[in-house]
Amino acid sequence: MKIAVLVKQVPGSESPLPLVSSQDWLDESQVAYIMNESDNYGLEEALQIREKNNDGEVVVVSLGPDRTQKVIREALAKGADRAIHIQTNENYPTDPLAAASLFADALKGEDFDIIFSGLQSDDLGYGQTGVILGELLGMSTATLAMATEILDNKIKVKRELEAGYFQWVTMSLPASISVQSGCNTPRYPSLKGIMGAKKKELNVVTPSVGDQNQSIKKIYAPNTAKETVMIKGSVDQVVEKLVTIFRNEIKIT
Amino acid sequence: MKNIGPDYYNISDELAEEELLIQQTANEFVQNEFLPIINEHYEAGTFPKELIPKLGDLGFLGSALPVESGGAGVTNVAYGLILHELERGDSGLRSFASVQGSLVMYPIYAYGSSEQKQKWLPGLGKGELIGCFGLTESNFGSNAGGMVTTAKKEGDNWIINGSKMWITNGSIADIAIVWAKDEGGIVRGFILEKGMDGFSSNDIHGKISLRSSITSELSMVNVRVPDSSRLQGIEGIKGPLSCLTQARYGIAWGMTGCATDCYLSALNYSKERKQFSKPIAGFQLTQAKLAEMLTKITNAQLMVMKLGRMKDAGTMTFHQVSMAKRNNCAMARDVARTSREILGANGITLDYSPIRHMANIESVFTYEGTHDMHTLILGEDITGIPAFD
Repeated sequence: MKIAVLVKQVPGSESPLPLVSSQDWLDESQVAYIMNESDNYGLEEALQIREKNNDGEVVVVSLGPDRTQKVIREALAKGADRAIHIQTNENYPTDPLAAASLFADALKGEDFDIIFSGLQSDDLGYGQTGVILGELLGMSTATLAMATEILDNKIKVKRELEAGYFQWVTMSLPASISVQSGCNTPRYPSLKGIMGAKKKELNVVTPSVGDQNQSIKKIYAPNTAKETVMIKGSVDQVVEKLVTIFRNEIKIT
Repeated sequence: MKNIGPDYYNISDELAEEELLIQQTANEFVQNEFLPIINEHYEAGTFPKELIPKLGDLGFLGSALPVESGGAGVTNVAYGLILHELERGDSGLRSFASVQGSLVMYPIYAYGSSEQKQKWLPGLGKGELIGCFGLTESNFGSNAGGMVTTAKKEGDNWIINGSKMWITNGSIADIAIVWAKDEGGIVRGFILEKGMDGFSSNDIHGKISLRSSITSELSMVNVRVPDSSRLQGIEGIKGPLSCLTQARYGIAWGMTGCATDCYLSALNYSKERKQFSKPIAGFQLTQAKLAEMLTKITNAQLMVMKLGRMKDAGTMTFHQVSMAKRNNCAMARDVARTSREILGANGITLDYSPIRHMANIESVFTYEGTHDMHTLILGEDITGIPAFD
């Protein structure tokens, strides 16, 4: 079983997020980066499948500038066998189709049985890269995986639906599956793993990034200013207006 | 330090990628596995023993020793960063790791026979076995060389008599490194095993400090151990003192960690707590406290970083360790108390960590060489004149 895991380096939830003066991206020099949360679960799922079958290979794949190698090393320390870094130092894509195309080019010669990705990235949050990549490589696809089970040349995936429902789907391999956070218990890297990570193969590829179908024009924090409305009039008028507000705006029925 | 604590002087820039990941891992482990349960254990006066195998799996026990000696072969700086994070959780957790790594694994690694190393180090490193270290006696603390525990040679065996006090992990330990004087007054180290005839332990209760750590008394009444259980590679008081140098090194890092936790609690609280219509962080008196604390922590960080690199280079002296242990315990003691002060009445409950750290630090300030003893060690080194016998 040959499994690829897409991991992305994203700003940590407690990191400062200052913008550059052009307001179209973060000032990366001040951002503390971490591994995207759901990718960590994808990695764990892959490692568990390899361990259960006592055979196979887990390859971690990441797209981004040099700093991305930090999360690649972390994934190798946790137990991935080798890594591919798709290095895009300038203008790394923020468009999921462009990103998935770069992944597809890097992975197409490898014949992976499964590609795991996180449900979505915690920075851009499109939730599309894994699915598009599956399409580009002619694989089965599933999203929102909560559990997986390998059958003969097939994979059974438990998907999370709305309102507390789950769905089991069985798909033929190869498959590209995006996993939901919480589907397993990700391991910590052991010191042995950390010390051994630098000896593992890290293949750096440097493709040229093609045209993107979308670009970021402006990033801004939502305006959260409070608005105070004074209701005036007689008691009856005030009550009537309050009831209208409760019904129509606050939606108390 | 970056991302998970104040790093005012960008000390993280001096850390290797592996060292940063090791610190991050220790930090996540403590946050996820330890902090949710510490208050419960602190109140009950118990140690979370279920975490011991996890500490072993991660490689946190005796980490700087070579892999073949039960360690993980990491740098001494990485080892220090682990202890920094463990003590950010609680001094009881760091004490456990220090005793296991520096006071049990280290003497077996440094002075043990190859048979002893094979027998004990792998299990100790994995956390499958627990060790303790018996040097201090009820009447011989700072003056450890005055110990009255004896080891009498009888054929191929030694007969050990005496008792040891304030022993971390004492009653849960599978083995104890016990120091005793032979008939010629020479201090020798022995590996005693749980269950040996005449060897017993009792826990010390009523502690107001290091509550989440097991502290015991060891009692030896005609305990018979074969000569093969003696640490062959060392004799004299320098044996236990060399182990203490290792442990004190870790304490200097650990104190930086718990001071960091106190400081961050106080900083966050001061930004949220409003009095007189503004956050108390906006008042000069609070800012003076915060500035003083961060400066002290930064001093301590610089000290342990340099100390660690010297230890890695093999140039560190025990006097330098004394200076760091002495400085960082005093620093953490002040920072914990000042943080508690900023937290006001809320600071007297376990809902905020500073008072727990504050109580713990009283032990750490005292054990492994009191503040005053380290002052005299430095005094002797500076002047060449010992002020003690």
